[in-house]
Amino acid sequence: MLLSINGLGKGYDSGGARVEVLRGVDLALEPGETVALTGESGSGKSTLLHLCAGLDRADTGRIEVAGRDLAGADDATLAALRRQAVGLVFQQFNLIPSLNVGANLAFHARLSGRDDPAAVAALADRLGLGGLMARYPEQLSGGQQQRVAIGRTLAARPALILADEPTGNLDEATGDAVLELMLELVAEAGAGLLMVTHSPRLAARLSRRVHLSGGRLA
Amino acid sequence: MRRTALAALLSHWRRHPLQLASLLLGLALATALWSGVQAINAEARASYDRAARVLDQDRLESLVPADGQRMPQQVFVDLRRAGWQVTPLIEGRWARAGRAVQVYGIDPFTMPAGALPEAVGESGDIAGFFTPPGRGFAAPETVADLEGAEGLPPLIAAEGIMPGILIADIGIAQSLLRAEGQISRLLLAPDQPLGRAPLEAVAPGLDRMAPQETADVAQLTGSFHLNLTAFGFLSFAVGLFIVHAAIGLAFEQRRAMFRTLRALGLPLRTLVGLLAAEVMLLALVAGIVGVALGYGIAAALLPDVAATLRGLYGASVSGSLSLRPEWWLGGLAIALLGAGVAAAQSLWRLWRMPLLASAQPRAWARASARGFAALGGLAALLAVVAVIAGVYGQGIVGGFVLLGALLMSAALALPGALALALGAAERLARGVLAQWFWADTRQQLPGLSLALMALMLALSANIGVGTMVASFRLTFTEWLDQRLPSELYVTARSEEEATRLRDWLEPRSDALLPIWKIEGPVLGQTAEIYGVADHRTYSDNWPMLLGEPDVWARLARAEGAIVNEQLWRRERLSLGDPVPLPGGAIRPLVGVYSDYGNPRGQVIIGIADLVAQFPDLDRRRYAIRTDPAAVPELRRALVQEFGLPEDSMIDQRAVKDLSLRIFERTFAVTAALNVLTMGVAGFAMFTSLLTLAAMRLPQLAPVWALGLTRAGLARLEVLRAMLLAALTMVLAVPVGLILAWVLLAVVNVAAFGWRLPIHVFPADWLWLGALALAAGGLAASWPAWRLARIEPATLVKVFADER
Repeated sequence: MLLSINGLGKGYDSGGARVEVLRGVDLALEPGETVALTGESGSGKSTLLHLCAGLDRADTGRIEVAGRDLAGADDATLAALRRQAVGLVFQQFNLIPSLNVGANLAFHARLSGRDDPAAVAALADRLGLGGLMARYPEQLSGGQQQRVAIGRTLAARPALILADEPTGNLDEATGDAVLELMLELVAEAGAGLLMVTHSPRLAARLSRRVHLSGGRLA
Repeated sequence: MRRTALAALLSHWRRHPLQLASLLLGLALATALWSGVQAINAEARASYDRAARVLDQDRLESLVPADGQRMPQQVFVDLRRAGWQVTPLIEGRWARAGRAVQVYGIDPFTMPAGALPEAVGESGDIAGFFTPPGRGFAAPETVADLEGAEGLPPLIAAEGIMPGILIADIGIAQSLLRAEGQISRLLLAPDQPLGRAPLEAVAPGLDRMAPQETADVAQLTGSFHLNLTAFGFLSFAVGLFIVHAAIGLAFEQRRAMFRTLRALGLPLRTLVGLLAAEVMLLALVAGIVGVALGYGIAAALLPDVAATLRGLYGASVSGSLSLRPEWWLGGLAIALLGAGVAAAQSLWRLWRMPLLASAQPRAWARASARGFAALGGLAALLAVVAVIAGVYGQGIVGGFVLLGALLMSAALALPGALALALGAAERLARGVLAQWFWADTRQQLPGLSLALMALMLALSANIGVGTMVASFRLTFTEWLDQRLPSELYVTARSEEEATRLRDWLEPRSDALLPIWKIEGPVLGQTAEIYGVADHRTYSDNWPMLLGEPDVWARLARAEGAIVNEQLWRRERLSLGDPVPLPGGAIRPLVGVYSDYGNPRGQVIIGIADLVAQFPDLDRRRYAIRTDPAAVPELRRALVQEFGLPEDSMIDQRAVKDLSLRIFERTFAVTAALNVLTMGVAGFAMFTSLLTLAAMRLPQLAPVWALGLTRAGLARLEVLRAMLLAALTMVLAVPVGLILAWVLLAVVNVAAFGWRLPIHVFPADWLWLGALALAAGGLAASWPAWRLARIEPATLVKVFADER
């Protein structure tokens, strides 16, 4: 099992009141499987993703990533997990502004010790970034930046990819193209993908869809 | 992993070279000013130590006359015959035609082993040393200074001798000092034979002194060096404001990067460690540059410092600088420490920052605005510390605690005070543009507050020190006019010539006033004891700080003594207290007078009283009262009649000019440090504005879109910087005046032993205000110029990026 979530609960204090965002979420994801996570705004989709990446800690329940229990893991262990096993694709891209496209693409792979310049170059070509390697993020369009962000994750060859609305900032045509490419590459790598999206149309292109509502998956 | 992450962190600097330059330059300037001052202090201390080691006086006991006068050379002969292993020494100042040197006369045959200066022993020509005209050994720079001086023996340059000192055979030195057959002291060899006659029996009236505690001069000058150190520290603190601002901004700009790095698996501990390493690396580079700059500053300032120490304390300091390992290592250490302190807050914030915290730098700026209240609280606390130090503090340390607390309190209170002023202006503003301008200026405060605090420190220090120096100059000039009423001063070459001079001058002048003095121990310290004639020159011109109504009459009747302010303060004397004179006589204190610029204690008694107690005193010097217009003719007549060399006569104007020159050099160092500190503060403004300029676009773009031109916005940016500088200047004036009062009434009294009245010079503030406005305008001009020329597409992009 690549990702196993059991009875996950998470709440926040808001204006003096406790808001329970997740109330006993259960989810499993196998290698090669792609899952779309949908739900209303504020339903807890991003929170669930953050918990899976070890960016935040659950109040109750249990998360295992690649057989490793995240509960009780210290900061260094969680960091190592993100470095080695998990790839994150953010809605806001979060590229390193001071590094050029080439360095950004290779960045996560180099952090994880799996740097392969030839593979990065090939990936860049497939992402249509081959001629942009020397440019900086500020010199790219939104679609180009998102492709760099996806490429950065895929170049590190993580077992689990967590994507938070990766095409949310792109127009429909660009978003479709980017998703198509991402699914192709995920399939080739045999990685698992859990992707948050608002779009039923995009969700339909993944192998499975789960809907988060009232703090529970349906 | 670490290398990749470090490369990513460092890449920020590659993309922001100006920010990197400001950080490096800020730290380098701070280190330079600090290490420059330390280099000066280290050189001075080394000079004191070298002076202490002259002729092994720091190691050997000595015998000196109890009355502080020179003794006949026969005493030396008597003691040697009685079995005492002693060697004679004569010391004194030789001066001619504006050139002077401290002369030490030694006897090479009786000097204890090791005490003979190496250069003398190594010369291999002992006969040439003591056979007239003899040889004089001195430091190379002293030899250069004295080149061509008439009356000196042939000079030989020798390393290892303190500058300003000339070592010659005792006979040659006695001749130079016009003290034939006299010696100043006898140095005792460490091993004395047993069974020798008691000292009292052979040579009564001699005191046995411990090895010369050379730290006398070090103690005397300690407060001066503390002053310099305080100034160096102030400059360093101002520089640290720049470093703090630059590091803080760099951290905030990279918040998104930090979050991404952590999201991609970099442990927090590693991230903090890498950032600390980055700061230390930058500090090391800046430290090296700073130490090199500091060396340059010290080399440039040292001659003035040497002149100051000579003028104020009579301490001889080498005018050239040595590169000491402890100094440059210390400079690097202070750079690392300073950068560590400046980065500590940012690193702590990062350590505490939740992984999912906002990556928006502006949130930091708003948080800083909320921090103004906390800063205000801290400022109030420091103000209380300043008040306590002012009321209960003692001496120079108390003065500096007061100064430090006052300056920091004012600096910390500044952002809050400015925010209040800007808020009030915003409420009063009528037009929409004016309202936006004030509100926007208030919003800029958090980002600019550190630079403005630095400017505040620099301006306050400038006003404070400027007021002190100007007050000092005014008081000093008035005091010189009072203190030097005589038109001409003349020194005869011998007692016999002095007698003939007196007879010749008496009918040709309004008055002939002896300037006779001896030196000796008074209240445990060597002091000068002068005699004054009963003449209205003194009663008309010498104001007393405090004194009895008939001061001068009492001196004339040998019924009292007056002392200078330094001795009065040092010994905490009161009117009527006994003043014991060398030789045992005691006179009651009847008055205290100002004596600026003199490091030593001074006593004045009636001239008849002085002659009665010290009949062998030197009577060759006189002050002549005459019509000022007659002075040139009188000088010519003295040369024709007596063949007096020109340097035996000095007129009032020349003495005043010389005194004022010494005065100006004394404060040249302070003025230079003042200017450098202002420069650092101006640079802080510039770098802050430049860094903020990029973050300002989202705020300026909407205003531009609503109809304001880019040039108009740029002009407002310059106006804003000048306005903030002007407001800071207004607030700096009262702080500077308090600073001046503390310097004059507390620090100077502790450091130099005299107190000065405070004089206010508003014209200087106007000039400084114009300088602050110019600094603000100049600092803003480059970012404003870039704004005026920015591509509209760049501004439009702000809207395109909005989500």
